[in-house]
Amino acid sequence: MAEFLSLHDAVARYVEDGATVAMEGFTHLIPFAAGHEVIRQKKRDLTLIRMTPDLIYDQLIGAGCAKKVIFSWGGNPGVGSLHRLRDAVEKGWPRKIEILEHSHAAMACAFEAGAAGLPLAVLRGYVGSELPNVNDQIKFIECPFTGERLAAVPAVRPDVSIVHAQKADRAGNVLVEGIVGVQKEAVLAATRSIVTVEEIVEDLTAEPDYHPNTCIIPGWAIDAIAVAEKGALPSYAHGYYPRNNRFYKEWDAIARDRDAFTRWLDENVYDQDANSTGGNA
Amino acid sequence: MSLAYTSSEMMTVTAARALENGMTCFVGIGLPSEAANLARLTHAPDVVLIYESGTLQTKPEVLPLSIGDGELCESALTTVAVPEMFRYWLQGGKISVGFLGTAQIDRYANLNTTLIGDYQSPKVRLPGGGGAPEIATNAGEVFITLKHSKRAFVKDVDFVTTLGFGRDGKGRDGVPNIGKGPTRVITDLCVMKPDLETKELTVVSLHPGVSREDVCDATGWEIRFAGELESTPEPSAHELEILRELKDRTERQHAGE
Repeated sequence: MAEFLSLHDAVARYVEDGATVAMEGFTHLIPFAAGHEVIRQKKRDLTLIRMTPDLIYDQLIGAGCAKKVIFSWGGNPGVGSLHRLRDAVEKGWPRKIEILEHSHAAMACAFEAGAAGLPLAVLRGYVGSELPNVNDQIKFIECPFTGERLAAVPAVRPDVSIVHAQKADRAGNVLVEGIVGVQKEAVLAATRSIVTVEEIVEDLTAEPDYHPNTCIIPGWAIDAIAVAEKGALPSYAHGYYPRNNRFYKEWDAIARDRDAFTRWLDENVYDQDANSTGGNA
Repeated sequence: MSLAYTSSEMMTVTAARALENGMTCFVGIGLPSEAANLARLTHAPDVVLIYESGTLQTKPEVLPLSIGDGELCESALTTVAVPEMFRYWLQGGKISVGFLGTAQIDRYANLNTTLIGDYQSPKVRLPGGGGAPEIATNAGEVFITLKHSKRAFVKDVDFVTTLGFGRDGKGRDGVPNIGKGPTRVITDLCVMKPDLETKELTVVSLHPGVSREDVCDATGWEIRFAGELESTPEPSAHELEILRELKDRTERQHAGE
């Protein structure tokens, strides 16, 4: 049953050193405020799972929180590289990290398998790709009915998943709308889940925009809810604020340089508290 | 009278013309997205554009910076979860063409977006596969667009992220339930198609003002030319106007946020 906690307390309680953590949101609703709280609490040796590491994992990697990253597309969308990810992979700064890379289709299927309680996901994937040569978590199996060779990857089962959403109600039910990514799958696949929200309303089903098929994650399937207003910035929250594309472009110069990054981290993360806003505070 | 246009505009317009009304296109970000939206705004108003963020039949006013910009969702017929996107719509065989960009491409149209150098100690680490490995095999066919250079067009890619026709040109032979693969590559110099037999990329059309030597100088292997080499038609005034408006709108919006 969802418990309403402060962001500080939710992260302190559920994100342990060494944990496997998925912070999801496909370009949209990326939980930056929560990611910053993980950095502030100096969590270490995390295995970080995300289809698109984006700026949030670039920041966590640069801050030294990650020992391993599992991903499928590690760039700054429309801009270029994630320089902190690259610096860690290419030069081992601030520490050497292990990477395990997939394709989007495989990771999406792996999240879905995790939510479905299966040990693996099966897909028609990786045909002719050399990714299976460098990722021992990609195997091939034979369909028992047709004999077709299919790719198999283990289900994603994070210790804790963290997602951001538009709103929760007093019963802890959470509304996610717009590009919904793999957020529902991430929450259901995880042992524990934290959802940060823009606001809390009385009853989601009484809201004027409620429809029978509205994407709602029931409160009883969530562990902690924390309010984090503008908690997805510089990504966006459909219906609340747009993506800060300018910041995504500016990040390239900040992240390219270790000193510039360290200064940015001090000013925008360490010197802030859990109540301040997201990536471009 | 011939119009003034850049080689990038020539590339985008040619790539756009490859899309036909009624096609269902899984769109990669960047150049493919620019070309696909130009097609939609000119000769192919009913082309269905799908982005991997789950946005089905989207009609963005400005080009998205990322694959999941709000604009894509707001202008879409509907938006589905990412697992559904890849499982039902792509793997389920509902996509006629995948439109991709790449960092490196080789003579068999294999794509590398993973890294330059050795996997364990890369010289340059690139973003990785994203949606491309399965788009390239599960879509009916694949169009590829990128700028022509020796760095990008190499004899053998450092890493096959995404299958063209494999390291020997036979990578699709005998594989069940697989698309045709790359059917054309559009650059700022020319259009290439795979040879019907060997699958090696062959220049079929040169853009106006471009010589065989220009293409050879920008290609990392001894590129072949078709017997009947065509000249790519120039962009029309209308296409250029629509493309420039689209890029101006996009620039203004991305700068303003």
